[in-house]
Amino acid sequence: MTRFFGVILAILWKDFLVECRSKEIVIPILILGLQIIVIFNFAIRPNPSLIQILAPGMLWVSFSFAGILGLGRIFEMEREQGTMEGLILTPISKDTIYIGKLLSVFFFMTFVEIFLLPTFCLLFNLPLFEPRLWLVCLLGTFGFCTVGTTFSAMAINTKAKELTLPILFFPIVVPVIIAASEATGAILSDNITFGFAQWLLLLLAFDLMFLVLCAMTFKFIINE
Amino acid sequence: MTANNILMILNIGFFLSLMGLVFLWVPTDAVLGISQRIFYYHVPLAWVGFLAFSIVFVCSCAYLAKRSKTANILAYSAAETGILFISLALLTGVIWSKAVWGVWWTWAPQQTTTLILWLIYVAYMMIRAYGPSGIQGSKYAAVLGIIGFFDVPIVYMAGKWWRDIHPEAVIGPLAEDGSLESSMRVTLLLGVVAFTLLFGYLLRIRYTQHHHQELILELGRDYE
Repeated sequence: MTRFFGVILAILWKDFLVECRSKEIVIPILILGLQIIVIFNFAIRPNPSLIQILAPGMLWVSFSFAGILGLGRIFEMEREQGTMEGLILTPISKDTIYIGKLLSVFFFMTFVEIFLLPTFCLLFNLPLFEPRLWLVCLLGTFGFCTVGTTFSAMAINTKAKELTLPILFFPIVVPVIIAASEATGAILSDNITFGFAQWLLLLLAFDLMFLVLCAMTFKFIINE
Repeated sequence: MTANNILMILNIGFFLSLMGLVFLWVPTDAVLGISQRIFYYHVPLAWVGFLAFSIVFVCSCAYLAKRSKTANILAYSAAETGILFISLALLTGVIWSKAVWGVWWTWAPQQTTTLILWLIYVAYMMIRAYGPSGIQGSKYAAVLGIIGFFDVPIVYMAGKWWRDIHPEAVIGPLAEDGSLESSMRVTLLLGVVAFTLLFGYLLRIRYTQHHHQELILELGRDYE
């Protein structure tokens, strides 16, 4: 068990160091996320009464579309540097590689959200220090990353990989996006009958289901 | 007479009978009027679409477990045939929705699920077309077939709860199938049998084509 966590930490540390040196994931996601939020503002010109209805959708569209960039890079970096083979040849199980990579991408996405969420709240005058909102963001991002890690590994070996990943990924991750945006909506508005706790539980259930399913199938995706 | 010809003749017989029942025998629905007759096409089309996806799932599991070539080709053929039926189910749904509720699209759970299912099928076809050739590409498709299959019921659940919080939720005739008259039930049943037979016929043709294609490719490889 200690070895399992040790290996996961090693993968996480490796990705963290590579990212610190190359800066290819976090900064582009952050900038794109900000751009999407700004474009939303111009595209729909939201007033204070509209913002409570539109904010959950805007937030999760920003996270999803910016996040897909990071997901695409997490295995693409390995392929470009030729380190994918090294990772596969190490005497560890494929599930461990999956968990390590999942935590790496989750870590990067969460880091981006630490900046993106307050900016979003500031720009649209939403509650900034709402712990429930952070909890939903963490769970939603985790679900997003569980599916994304699997499809990112798949997309690197396809033609037109930048296009393949979103086409594979978005239809599958729809339940997570529905649950996350509805839970966000329940926090921002008190008029919702199917409330925050139910959506949060549902989000948790989706996260667990995708985690098990993706961890089980990941070994078939990685080249032998 | 070959099996294909027998299936074709059976299909023609069933479809002529179905047309007779739908347009001459079955009574007009008291509430929904003449437009309800599309129901006898729409429901069987959707049923066959879901059946095809179940076949994709079973064959994908069989392929990953046993590397069975037959299962791989059958999954591919079922997905191709399924996408045709799901597309027609969506199209008939849209026409019916406009006639009954005055809007093309209601985002009812059934509609949402069918649309997501269609998008997953498209992604499946894309991974078959753009993915790596040979075993690796088949494995990718099988993984998508499995994850996609588990995704469909949870999209339905999420869509249902999501609709439940919106007051304009529409309860369609599908939800009231217990109240169908016996003549309507017989016609619907005949529709299901007719479309399932058509699916079987098309699946058989497509399977044979893919099987021959594989044989030709193998012959080519042996020749080289």
